[in-house]
Amino acid sequence: MAVYRAFVTITLKKGVLDSQGKAVASSLHDMGYGKLEEVRVGRYVELALEAASHDEALTMTESICDDLLVNDLIEERRIEVVTGP
Amino acid sequence: MKVAVIAFPGSNCDDDVVQAVSDVLGCSVTKVWHRNRLDTEPDLIILPGGFSYGDYLRSGAMAARSPIMDDVRREVRRGRLVLGICNGFQVLTESGLLPGALLTNRHPGFLCRPCTVRVERTDSPFTGTFREGQVVNFPIAHNEGRYYLPPSDLEKLEKDGRVLFRYCNDRGETGDDFNPNGALNHIAGILSEEGNVLGLMPHPERSSDILLGCDDGILFWKSIQTWVERR
Repeated sequence: MAVYRAFVTITLKKGVLDSQGKAVASSLHDMGYGKLEEVRVGRYVELALEAASHDEALTMTESICDDLLVNDLIEERRIEVVTGP
Repeated sequence: MKVAVIAFPGSNCDDDVVQAVSDVLGCSVTKVWHRNRLDTEPDLIILPGGFSYGDYLRSGAMAARSPIMDDVRREVRRGRLVLGICNGFQVLTESGLLPGALLTNRHPGFLCRPCTVRVERTDSPFTGTFREGQVVNFPIAHNEGRYYLPPSDLEKLEKDGRVLFRYCNDRGETGDDFNPNGALNHIAGILSEEGNVLGLMPHPERSSDILLGCDDGILFWKSIQTWVERR
């Protein structure tokens, strides 16, 4: 068994209005960033977990996402798993 | 009639609901802490408003995975009534007992104000004493109230007549100007497929005593009582 660290980034799906992103984009436009096209605001979760392999750590992370971290109806996730505490 | 109000860490409308229901109906209302089990077989279970688990992760997400929700599911299967108000509605969508999700309001900011909604049908357990199309004032208090459901599912929800309350003006007209949070189809409250679970963003318990400026909520509680007693 080894310790892995999983980095999970969760954002609203394309097509679901991201009102936080829109508000941030609007402020940035007012600040002079006229070429800014879009802002998406999401959530970042970091997990430390014990697993026998990188694949097992990834599977466990996917399962945690399915069970609680991500609402598939409205959100999508990106996962990165690395070795080490 | 027996009523149970489930309190999660961060719920803050539980006492308001207990007071409103017991004042209006004079019935027994028990508050149940989420770590305890639901063993009283209530006729109505209420998931109150507030900020369960600090609204961390997503509103209602953690409360929806609380062990007591297994008991709530069991009672839903038995045909008991379940009402989720505001954060309670978010718990119901997160737990899969109702379809859809409640997203951050279209325009920034927490909304806390009076609000008019239209009663879409009166043959539900929750609306029997209203007139169809009646406009009632139930205040809102939320940051995540924008009801969302993918287009094909939304079409089916409408076709099945499961939208029970819709945001409107005081004449009962719907429109973007009268929709406080950008909810799809101006949806304020929906029923489950079987019709015994209701999720509602506005707060009828804040409208149950004329001292609070409005008492349209009285009809809401009386509807439920009438339905339970006729069963």
